[in-house]
Amino acid sequence: MPAFLIRRFIHSLIVLFVMSAVIYGLIGLMPGDPVDLMISADPNVTAADAARLRTIYGLDQPLWSRYLHWLSAAATGDFGYSRLYSQPVWQAIIPALSNTLLLLISSLALALVIALPAGVFAATRPYSLADYGINLTAFAGISMPPFWLGILLILLFSVTLGWLPAGGTPQSAGASGLWEHVQYLILPIAALTIAGVGGHTRYMRASMIETLRQDYIRTARAKGLSENRVVLGHALRNAMIPVVTVIALDLGVLFSGALITETVFAYPGMGKLIFDAIMGNDYNLALVGLLMATTLTLIGNLLADVAYAALDPRISYENLDA
Amino acid sequence: MTEIVANLRESPSRAVLARFLRHRLAVVSALVLTLLAGLALLAPVIEGLTGVDAEAVDLFSRYSPPSSAHLLGTDELGRDVLVRLLYGGQVSLFVGLTATIAAAIIGTTIGLVSGYVGGRFDAFVMRVTDGVIALPVLPLLIVLAAVDLGKLGLSESLLSSENVSLYRIVGIVALVGWTTVARLVRASTLSIKTRPFVMAARAQGASAARIMLRHILPNLASPIIVATTLSVGNVILLESVLSFLGLGIQPPLPSWGNLLTGAQETIWEAPGLAFYPGVLIFVTVIAFNFVGDGLQDALDPRARDRRAADRH
Repeated sequence: MPAFLIRRFIHSLIVLFVMSAVIYGLIGLMPGDPVDLMISADPNVTAADAARLRTIYGLDQPLWSRYLHWLSAAATGDFGYSRLYSQPVWQAIIPALSNTLLLLISSLALALVIALPAGVFAATRPYSLADYGINLTAFAGISMPPFWLGILLILLFSVTLGWLPAGGTPQSAGASGLWEHVQYLILPIAALTIAGVGGHTRYMRASMIETLRQDYIRTARAKGLSENRVVLGHALRNAMIPVVTVIALDLGVLFSGALITETVFAYPGMGKLIFDAIMGNDYNLALVGLLMATTLTLIGNLLADVAYAALDPRISYENLDA
Repeated sequence: MTEIVANLRESPSRAVLARFLRHRLAVVSALVLTLLAGLALLAPVIEGLTGVDAEAVDLFSRYSPPSSAHLLGTDELGRDVLVRLLYGGQVSLFVGLTATIAAAIIGTTIGLVSGYVGGRFDAFVMRVTDGVIALPVLPLLIVLAAVDLGKLGLSESLLSSENVSLYRIVGIVALVGWTTVARLVRASTLSIKTRPFVMAARAQGASAARIMLRHILPNLASPIIVATTLSVGNVILLESVLSFLGLGIQPPLPSWGNLLTGAQETIWEAPGLAFYPGVLIFVTVIAFNFVGDGLQDALDPRARDRRAADRH
């Protein structure tokens, strides 16, 4: 078992390493550089000054040599300085990351609490009116542009009803109490939850329908067990295996959703940080932010492998290796 | 007995059509999509009929409510919302279809060759595919969309074209979107290449290219069509997200995504502007998903039969 996990872990590190080079290269291809921005802030800078600044910041070096320089510094734990936030990159990232994790975890939990029972309920009465209703709702959720969902929520709860703030942070409004903090979270969490519920419901339903077709389910029914015991006691655990795997694999998708939601609600998380860093030519911050996003996706993939083997005793790690 | 004979006479394509027509949501969706595409293509005609110009700016009638002159009112520059929506539809549908087809062609080629050649080459290609799947799509797309194409050495004349953001987004989506089809095609190729008819073709001296294109590929048509149809909706969503963030289709060229970019700031003055483009994206995406679902039922009767068995 450890051998398999170690191999997967090493694969993930290789992907991360390749990604760091790819992202560094792509960022080097973005228009403008930090010196351009400095110049635009100070009209007295001459072309010679600009060239001197570029030498000081190492921007006259070729891309690959800059990357190697960054990599050797990163290996010692020095990820550079964020120009946008005037802080070391980590100090800018940690609050954003914790905000995003708060958003991700609460909306994932909420989505599962809704999706799993709904999927099981639909699967146990296939092609009934309730099943059609749940399926249609799930399809609608999947087909909804995530940012438009956010806009609709703002339209309803902020513009029309005036119950909740349209975005921002409690700090920006000078709020203090717990409710003041919570009310800024409600709409972003709701948007991300609605965006995720449909997919999870459909996975749960499909997996449960497939499981209920198995022979051991027929045996359980033949024993005279109640339908509830058959579904919840015998089928659910097996039906959960592919669902758990998909949930872990979808962490990257969830992160993309968070990025959009954060931008719509001006929520100070990783998504907004990455977006602002790219738009503001803050290379160090954009690079580390994007690598954090990649890491999160890779952790999800690893978790999926572990969950897959842990939940199903029929699967051995040796087989997965092959 | 007569029923069996009748079934035999029924041609395969007619049987597929009959099965598709049984999926009511898919049929309605196909009609809706045809209607939307037709209206979008007729945008210049509608422009002429209603006597408005899509690009005419009128700062004296910003945010005007719906009227007989402007059926859905005007936007922040006094332009007609309805006509802009239709032109935006041309762009969004074009991007959705071409990017999906490009991704399907790349994916089919990679999957077919990888599955047919097999061995170490296949193992390597599948590792790369896994790597691409493991990437966080949206952050990557944002970086790709921000890349300055001039630094890649592309010609000035190409870059100064006003449609450059259109081609760029098609290219970006194709670049990351090929993985699903590649895996699907590769898995099917692995099983089909061991079938007797492929061996017979090889024994007759057919070249590898001929075997792949004439003997294997036709057998893969159904899964490719289904997967492609199902991903058109996703691509339209991706385009709308990137354009909404200001990284996709660049104004003044309208798309359903970038029509929503400014909508959030003007949500208090003109909530309608934030509403219509989203409805059109939503309807289009859900319709493509239903059509894909219907095609799956029609082209893969076994899946449908399994479903039918559930009913009893």
